[in-house]
Amino acid sequence: MQSSLFVQYLVSGLIYGSIYAAVAIGFNIIYNATGIINFAQGEFAMLGGMISSTLAGILPLALAVLAAVALTALVGAALERVFLRKVARGGVLKMVITTIGLSIVIREAALLVWGEGVRTLPFFTGNEVSSVSFLGANFSPQVFWVVGITALVVAGLTAFFRFTLIGKAMRGCSANRDGASLCGIDPGRTVTIAFGLSAAIGAVAGCIVAPLTQTHYAIGTGLAIKGFTVAAFGGLGNSVAAVVAGLFLGMLESFSIIVVPEAYKDVVTICVLLAVLFVKPSGLFGSRAVGALKDY
Amino acid sequence: MSLLELEGLSRSFGGLRAVDGVSFAAEADRITAVIGPNGAGKTTLFNLIAGSLAPDSGRVAFDGADITGLKPYRVARRGMARTFQAVKLSRKMTALENVMIGRQVRSRAGFASGMLAAPWTWGEERSIREESMKAIELLGIEEYRDKETGSLPFGIQRSVELARAIAAEPKLLLLDEPASGLNVRETRGLAELIARIRGRGITILVVEHDMSLVMDVSDEIVVLSFGKKIAQGKPRDIQANKEVIDIYLGEDDA
Amino acid sequence: MLIKRYLPPIALAACAFLLPPILAAAKASFLLTQLTMSAYYVLASLGLCALMGYAGQISMGQAAFFAIGGYASSFISTRNLVAVASFPAVRFLDALGLLTRGTDSYGAALLSPSPWIACLCAVLLAVLVAAVIGTPVLRLKGHYLAMATLGFGLVIEKIVRGTKALGGADGISNVPAFDIFPGLAVTGGRAARAANFTISWLVLALGLLALVNLVGSRAGRALRALHDGEEAAGAMGVDTASYKLKVFVLGAVYAAVAGVLLTHYNGSIGPGEANVMKSVRYVAIVAVGGMANLTGTLVAGLILNFLSLRGVFGRYDDAVFGIILILVMMLAPEARALGLGAKAALAALPRRRGGSG
Repeated sequence: MQSSLFVQYLVSGLIYGSIYAAVAIGFNIIYNATGIINFAQGEFAMLGGMISSTLAGILPLALAVLAAVALTALVGAALERVFLRKVARGGVLKMVITTIGLSIVIREAALLVWGEGVRTLPFFTGNEVSSVSFLGANFSPQVFWVVGITALVVAGLTAFFRFTLIGKAMRGCSANRDGASLCGIDPGRTVTIAFGLSAAIGAVAGCIVAPLTQTHYAIGTGLAIKGFTVAAFGGLGNSVAAVVAGLFLGMLESFSIIVVPEAYKDVVTICVLLAVLFVKPSGLFGSRAVGALKDY
Repeated sequence: MSLLELEGLSRSFGGLRAVDGVSFAAEADRITAVIGPNGAGKTTLFNLIAGSLAPDSGRVAFDGADITGLKPYRVARRGMARTFQAVKLSRKMTALENVMIGRQVRSRAGFASGMLAAPWTWGEERSIREESMKAIELLGIEEYRDKETGSLPFGIQRSVELARAIAAEPKLLLLDEPASGLNVRETRGLAELIARIRGRGITILVVEHDMSLVMDVSDEIVVLSFGKKIAQGKPRDIQANKEVIDIYLGEDDA
Repeated sequence: MLIKRYLPPIALAACAFLLPPILAAAKASFLLTQLTMSAYYVLASLGLCALMGYAGQISMGQAAFFAIGGYASSFISTRNLVAVASFPAVRFLDALGLLTRGTDSYGAALLSPSPWIACLCAVLLAVLVAAVIGTPVLRLKGHYLAMATLGFGLVIEKIVRGTKALGGADGISNVPAFDIFPGLAVTGGRAARAANFTISWLVLALGLLALVNLVGSRAGRALRALHDGEEAAGAMGVDTASYKLKVFVLGAVYAAVAGVLLTHYNGSIGPGEANVMKSVRYVAIVAVGGMANLTGTLVAGLILNFLSLRGVFGRYDDAVFGIILILVMMLAPEARALGLGAKAALAALPRRRGGSG
């Protein structure tokens, strides 16, 4: 394969891998704080991209992105307060179904507000035609933003969880599952913040790739599946592993085009998901005990 | 040859040896009790025997066959039934329906015949119902027959669970702390019930804290402490055994 | 008490025969089409009810089995074997009476497998897939199970949408009528409207009857015990893994049969039938009906599907089912009375929103 083609696939894998990793990190944060999987996770990325694309018309780009992230964080926190708190006592099945319902409602609301069209965001630096050259391949400088911001987010989160009080509280919740369920019904700020934070991260991911991949009301479901695949693959709750797994999956998807027709590209990812769930639900780096999830 | 034989049964959880090389035999038509302070490994032992936990080492032989590591439903089909310390009933099903579950191992109708309500299942259904009623009558809980078990008082739920186990017509019945929460009078009633069950040809293995019940009904007592068997013998001998007295007196009562 | 259980299937069968003349008299025969389609969708929901309500397993992949049934049956029954008519295998099938002759819209000769054989193959395929998928999937719990079945559903949708041989985005059309017996066929068209309504509601009644029987039987008790506590069920001799798999396969069969019949009724099928939103609908209907409540699923399914097919929810069709899920979960998924209240409120909702929106 030509080196330029290789680089193209690599870059594409980087871009998508980063967004999957970000969604996965969002899953992990909520899972760690509450023990549940939030099916609506993908919608946060969608909202980030959509809201910022609307605001970019009236605000400077940086402000538009920040505002979009903040608004999405609010949405995430609101979802938890209004809906999930009420269902928390009902057990896993109820919460799963609730988040499925929420993801549908958010998506349909987005359709209502923004219509079916694809939307995009201005490039952070340069424009659609600026490019950087590497090994014969051209790609947009936006890629550096994607990688750079994702790395910043991961670093920031690591610091947050290690050094801040709130972060430690959330880690405490995850340390034992009974504690997690206690946190789930705890009216305290910890869980709400977890949702807000998780939504913010998803929104950031949605914003930074929007210039490259465009955004559109229905991208949430696919992102959620892929994000969950990444999270499970790395080990649910382990965000550093999520980054590794995300990049891996992004690359896998990107390079799979060599052997698999474009139409089946997503099938590859889902097969990875099914393989993970069937063979080692605890993920590559997870522990047997966490992965067993044999209890409700 | 004994009905139940344990050989060097061991099981650890992490660093904790819950059951450590336990060996004993339970004779048919006898009542064997397993006693010991809290944390001695009694419930773990039950789970190892019944198959819901796999041993790290050792052997369980039941009715002449090695059942080590068999899944619980297979063990049940070979003629073992059990009750649980925290009663495990289907809360939405009636008492009768719960007891009818006990007849699963004595009946055969499957999905297809069930969906067709096939005539050849009618006789079996009737017999399931009749045998279940007999177990209910033995326990004296007829009046709760058609009530949802979730709404019944705990003591009655216990009886339903016991009826369910008896309805299976097991060769060996494992009772997990049947007297917990019962008062003196109820405990005595339980002792009579256990004797009646034994009279039906069911061997009993019981884990229990209540000494009066244990001394009253047991033919043989096995004493566990920290996962090890420290004594075995007739009630009178166990009562006089210094080591046994030590482990009980030296313990904070929970 | 015994009669009460059988009331719903009997009522369905009665409606199957009584509604067409009643609607004809009310000059509302056009409703028969949507009522027929609703029945088939409810059949799929009933299968899911057995799985979710009684065995306590969530599946986000019911639409996939519906699609497998519909696509397999339509694919097989639209194969034209005229070109290979001389092959021994084909002649053997013909001798067994399994092939039908006809002409296509251009007048060319058609030799295709009969819908009966197509249906049989479709159901067998669904059973096979369910058994293969179910074995590993059912070992999972909670969200993992939901995700795995969701993933499975997505794979099937992508396959049917992306495969040219299955018609790609357009799906398969010109699906032949399904002759039940001479003179009675599952097919679209005004002439067959009343007969098809009767067929669909009778099929639904039979499906419901089988499940009602199941619930009251030995196997049904084992399922309910399994749902309430796997450990105790196992201790009483119930092979829980085997039962879970059987119910999963049963649910798949119901969905596949529904898919087969609806496809022959509509004369076509498209990849939309495998969409995750369809799976969500099946789940929503079971949830509103009260999870372990066959009659609830039946009533909720007929009402919601009928309203949806008649376009009452308009653009908000998908959103309605999403909202239903949320409301039912928040209000109390086991309380059927509340479910009815929610349905009534939702039925009123679109008109209000339509007015202001």
